[in-house]
Amino acid sequence: MIGYLVRRLGGAVLVLFGLSLLLYGLFYLAPSDPAILTCGKGCTPDRLAEVRHAMGVDEPAATQYAHFVRGLVGGRDYPAGPATRHCPAPCLGYSFETDQPVTRLLLDRLPVSASLALGAEVLALTAGIGAGVLSGLHRYRWLDRIVNGLVLAGYAVPVFLVGLLLLLLFCVQLQWLPFPSYVPLTTDPLAWAQNLLLPWVALAVIQTAAYARLTRAGIQETLAEEHIRTARAYGLPERRIIWRRALRGALLPLVTLTAIDLAAVMTSAVLTETMFGLPGVGQLLVGAVNQIDLPVVVGVTLLAGLLIVAANTVADLLYRAVDPRVELR
Amino acid sequence: MTVLRRLRGDRGFLAGAVVALLMVLVAVAAPLLAAAAGQDYTTYHDNLLDSARGGVPLGRFGGLGAEHWLGVEPATGRDLFARVVYGARVSLGVAVGATLLQVLFGVLVGTAAGLGGRWADAALTRVVDLVLAVPSLVLAISLLAIVPTDWPRPLLLAAVIAILGWGGTARITRGETLSLRTRDYVAAARLSGAGRFRIARREIAPGLAAPVLTYAALLLPTNMISEAGLSFLGVGVRPPTPSWGQMLSTATTWFRADPMYVLVPGGLLFLTLLAFVLVANGLRRALDPRQSEVLR
Repeated sequence: MIGYLVRRLGGAVLVLFGLSLLLYGLFYLAPSDPAILTCGKGCTPDRLAEVRHAMGVDEPAATQYAHFVRGLVGGRDYPAGPATRHCPAPCLGYSFETDQPVTRLLLDRLPVSASLALGAEVLALTAGIGAGVLSGLHRYRWLDRIVNGLVLAGYAVPVFLVGLLLLLLFCVQLQWLPFPSYVPLTTDPLAWAQNLLLPWVALAVIQTAAYARLTRAGIQETLAEEHIRTARAYGLPERRIIWRRALRGALLPLVTLTAIDLAAVMTSAVLTETMFGLPGVGQLLVGAVNQIDLPVVVGVTLLAGLLIVAANTVADLLYRAVDPRVELR
Repeated sequence: MTVLRRLRGDRGFLAGAVVALLMVLVAVAAPLLAAAAGQDYTTYHDNLLDSARGGVPLGRFGGLGAEHWLGVEPATGRDLFARVVYGARVSLGVAVGATLLQVLFGVLVGTAAGLGGRWADAALTRVVDLVLAVPSLVLAISLLAIVPTDWPRPLLLAAVIAILGWGGTARITRGETLSLRTRDYVAAARLSGAGRFRIARREIAPGLAAPVLTYAALLLPTNMISEAGLSFLGVGVRPPTPSWGQMLSTATTWFRADPMYVLVPGGLLFLTLLAFVLVANGLRRALDPRQSEVLR
């Protein structure tokens, strides 16, 4: 178990290391100089050199990268005029564009993305499992059809298209909801949920279909197993068989899928955030990319990589916890 | 030919195939279609816009009429029919290109891992795990933002989507190869003195065709969604080249005043994606009848 965790951690560090190296290499190869953008119009060569030094882009790429890694682990000091400013670990540098610490930018934006992803996941699980159970028991044929159709459609609609259509329907045509704008949960929980409702639905559609299909297949499979027949032979009430036995077997694969999906949902929230104008991490990335804001781009990518690796590890551990037959390698 | 017979009896597949073929034709014949409509995708028509309302097309349904078959674009007045028809080229071209590259990488790496020795397998599997663990959307955005803007954009899009998305094909190919190499006929070939490459080409490759084809069929619409998403975020093809995703991105500021501008490219994107998903679904059912369950 401990050996497994150590190996997993090693792999995670390797992935993140590779990601950051790749981004640094590519940015260094790219011909655009971020210092010129920061320096602005009427930039003198002296001023440009100063800006480049303050940003740390006057050094060779390898040195820059070494500084970056050192900052990440132990913090680093930046020259700021005559004085220096300290950037505590984990230091991801300062944004070229806004001059704020990237770590703080990420922490400021994370609650928005987390609200979006977690809410969408909860919605997808509730709706998906509900629909899956009902259609798995063959109670409602029409539900079966809807689930089937949704699964197909779920593969065929991009998130931003669902979002646009939802906005068009609920905000323009019916005018049931205001245009979404983010309100922090701590300020006003009701407004928070109301504003996030459409983004949640948009992000949850695809997952809902997948969960419904998986639950249905799981229920049908488990109901055909021997221990269910034994339970029936013992005369256990059907409702108890379904809720206590069949559902447990059916939901097993969902547990790990959810952990993996959560990370995937978080990254695909980039599109949802841009679509609905929510100030999350994804929107930060899209803005930074257009400004060639290297520290922010690297920061967001590393965060996303970290989330995916963490989610995969949690998924493996959960799988092991719910099914003792599985061996971790 | 039981596969063909099964496909012919699958109504979903047939409907999907017809629409998909139609879209491919539209993409190929885009210049002809635009010429038939008497329009092109770059000419501005300021006279068709309502300047009092910020440039919304005059007339009902986004300025739809005999002159402009699907109306015109808000703010510029460019012909919407010509733009969506040319947009089909980008959408399909990038998706097909990316899928071919993914299959190429994936099959090469997958068979190499499956047929190579223990060390080659371990090393390649690590690489595949790495590719699968990368946050592909985030990385694609960064990559596309870094490269110079004068590089050929559609090619670049296909390459980036392919580089970040060949892991699945490799994993499936490796698994199939590992199972195929234990078959008797492969053992017979090895005993008769066939080399590794000959076995890969003559014995393994035919067995890979069906699983790889079903997987690739589903990759195509996925890649199309990726292209649309990247163009939507502004890192896809550059204007004035039209793409459906890019048009939907512009539409986010116009959908209140001009819903047609959402519905036309959005509807086409959905229809095309649905068609390809139906084709993929039909192929899977026909090639692997044991798996009657939809997809995956």
